[in-house]
Amino acid sequence: MLNLEFVIEGGDFTKAGQASSEVKQILKQINIPPAHIKRIAVAMYEAEVNVVAHAYKGKMSVFIDPSKVYLKIEDEGPGIPNIEQAMQEGFSTATEAVRQMGFGAGMGLPNMKKNVDEMQVTSEVGKGTIVELTTYIT
Amino acid sequence: MGNRPVSKINVDTKQDKKRNMKLKEIIEKLNLTVICANDQFENEVSGGYCSDLLSDVMGNATEGQIWITIQVHKNIIAVASLKELSAIVIVKGLEPGEDTIETAKKENIVLLSSNETAFDLAGKLYGLIN
Ligand SMILES: Nc1ncnc2c1ncn2[C@@H]1O[C@H](COP(=O)(O)OP(=O)(O)OP(=O)(O)O)[C@@H](O)[C@H]1O
Ligand SMILES: [Mg+2]
Repeated sequence: MLNLEFVIEGGDFTKAGQASSEVKQILKQINIPPAHIKRIAVAMYEAEVNVVAHAYKGKMSVFIDPSKVYLKIEDEGPGIPNIEQAMQEGFSTATEAVRQMGFGAGMGLPNMKKNVDEMQVTSEVGKGTIVELTTYIT
Repeated sequence: MGNRPVSKINVDTKQDKKRNMKLKEIIEKLNLTVICANDQFENEVSGGYCSDLLSDVMGNATEGQIWITIQVHKNIIAVASLKELSAIVIVKGLEPGEDTIETAKKENIVLLSSNETAFDLAGKLYGLIN
């Protein structure tokens, strides 16, 4: 069982994706099948960028055992008032500045859903959001 | 009954018409400027993806493709790296900042540029590969 933790700074797009890149490197080193790595990379990048784009600060915890990769991305931030709506492709509250950079398509949460076996979103308005992503290694 | 000419051919339905080209051939044929690259010139390119939305590329591009975009900020490097794309082509003569180039070098990502529009370049790339 491997347990790693990464800090994610809200608002800091210069480091967006760094935690995901490091985790991907580790998944490669411990020989997780490439097909799984590709999908996990997509999901965790989206979760990481959402903290950067929408929250104040957060952390990504990674738990790996022989049967699964479990990621927990939790943040302190505004939270999501309507998770069902947020999960719709195309829904986004991203600011104009964030959209200018090519974020804010409203595809991040749907991308997560498509690329993991289990996904759970827990959010409290005014407090923060927790995204849990599980991939079973078969 | 008159004599009708009969001809018969075997149609090879399995043949894959798609040509895999090396990155260096594509750079040459499309007249692309190399902003940074290492030893990837012999790598095979599997196709292309054209988008300026990062999540769209994350969700829909596949390994080995060339990514055509007008985005120039450094976040494109993380996307290309996580997706293992073969190169990023920045179109319309736009220039990436120093930090984008630095990150591309560090992450070993091929960064190319073209003066053409995304439409024109994608059309030519499609013609080359398909
Ligand atoms: N961690 C979060 N904290 C607060 N709000 C969030 C968080 N994650 C998502 N949201 C809300 O859900 C919406 C949809 O998220 P999603 O990732 O699908 O799209 P996006 O981030 O707006 O754009 P994209 O991911 O395509 O760049 C966001 O615009 C935001 O309103
Ligand atoms: Mg998002």
